[in-house]
Amino acid sequence: MSSKDVLKECKNINKEYNYFNTIASDAKEGSGKLKSYYISVKDCICVKDMETTSGSEILKGYKPIFNATIIDKIIKEGGSIIGKTTQDEFGFGSFNVNTKNIPKNPFDKTRTCGGSSGGAAGITQKASFKHIAIAESTGGSIACPASFCGIIGFTPTYGLVSRYGLLDYANSLDKIGIMAKNINDIELMFNIIKGHDKKDSTSLNLELNKDTKIKKIGVIKETLNVDPEIKDLILSKLDNYELVSLPSVEKYSLATYYILAMAEASTNLAKYCGMRYGMHEELKGNFNEYFSKVRSNFFGKEAKRRIILGTFTRMAGYRNAYYLKAAKVRTLIINEYKKAFKKYDLLVSPTMPIIAPKFSEIDKLTPLENYMMDIMTVGPNLAGLPHISLNVGFKDKMPVGIMFIADHLNDNKLIEVGKKWEM
Amino acid sequence: MKIDKELIKRVANNARLNLTDKEIEEFIPQFKDILNVFSKISEVNTDNVKVSIHPIEIKNSMREDIPEKCITQEDALKNTKHKKDGYFKGPAAI
Repeated sequence: MSSKDVLKECKNINKEYNYFNTIASDAKEGSGKLKSYYISVKDCICVKDMETTSGSEILKGYKPIFNATIIDKIIKEGGSIIGKTTQDEFGFGSFNVNTKNIPKNPFDKTRTCGGSSGGAAGITQKASFKHIAIAESTGGSIACPASFCGIIGFTPTYGLVSRYGLLDYANSLDKIGIMAKNINDIELMFNIIKGHDKKDSTSLNLELNKDTKIKKIGVIKETLNVDPEIKDLILSKLDNYELVSLPSVEKYSLATYYILAMAEASTNLAKYCGMRYGMHEELKGNFNEYFSKVRSNFFGKEAKRRIILGTFTRMAGYRNAYYLKAAKVRTLIINEYKKAFKKYDLLVSPTMPIIAPKFSEIDKLTPLENYMMDIMTVGPNLAGLPHISLNVGFKDKMPVGIMFIADHLNDNKLIEVGKKWEM
Repeated sequence: MKIDKELIKRVANNARLNLTDKEIEEFIPQFKDILNVFSKISEVNTDNVKVSIHPIEIKNSMREDIPEKCITQEDALKNTKHKKDGYFKGPAAI
């Protein structure tokens, strides 16, 4: 397929499904390992001269003057960037409804793609051309939409892929990852984008574990308290497994995750004030009045909610009870996973407790009920553990995902399980 | 802890956000709900537990303090509407 035809297909799909905030005006084909591959990029990752908004009105018109490190690597290997995919504003959401451009599920347009990397998952399912999506996960933003759209979503160990050029949501949680229809494409892209980057101070300079043997699998007992059909689908696809209990993960990971994520988000979003990029207002009033005006006018409701809660949990008088306490509980959660990995090579759970809900159902949820949907995915994200969501089957004609979690730097075990899955 | 209009206004002010009365009214029950779940972590015994700022041990990336090539002034100002004489132009500071 010519690049012209690819971009035409993207435009046609976009009219119906809203998978792109920006579609490239042309897509040059290069040479290298990604020759003839078309790459979509989540809107929170900088592509030089291509509007990058992270799904937020406050960044409307922002065109980065540089490429993210991973974009340079992709271009060097001949990948053609086709555009920026839709997402919840700054990644704040599980259903990709916290933004103006809301993507629709490829299996049923009345349902969500999942979030926050909704557009990336949708186009991955719909594209008829050779395509790989670059997505990003903070608390499950790759696994969730991958599950709802029936594709593979791979989130590497924290720090393995450079975050340079990523518009931060929460620095200690953000991970750039990959979505594709087959595991070979995931492996190909992972080998290109991983690696130490001196431009990212949290980039790891460690080797991956070469041992990819999977001897023992543990299914996380507490995650099976879901729709019985989803539970049966998950267990029916596993030959040998034991049940393993992770009580702290189950009880405390959701609260711990949201406290830390919102605290970090509220500091990261302080830079958006109508001065250097994005939306501006007329320069009137003192600087506090001006910044407040721009931020109040252009941040969406969920962004405001998280900024306020995140600011609150860091404020004098509350910091010890929330932010610092959560950072300690995080240690206990990581330790609980580490203990389990002494016995098991991989841990398993459903990716999401439900199939993709309808927009009409999402409208009725309170913010807390929205956050609760992340119950399966926040644990591995909080602990920076690599995880992969694979399609395990369908319920009511909608895809269901199974999630495999590996210990830090054992990402290749997940690639291995993906290969076995396709056999 | 009392989650009321006054507290939300104070926090919003710190975060440089002007909220409408309607937004505040909407946020009050939502924040009560959310903070109630957040408070659950208070029951965990964290005596002698260290904080995890990152999920995996990170070694900071340092370099010699030698000037390197950086973006041009023109590029730095490319995305702003408010500029003058090669500088960003901001709101009044005093």
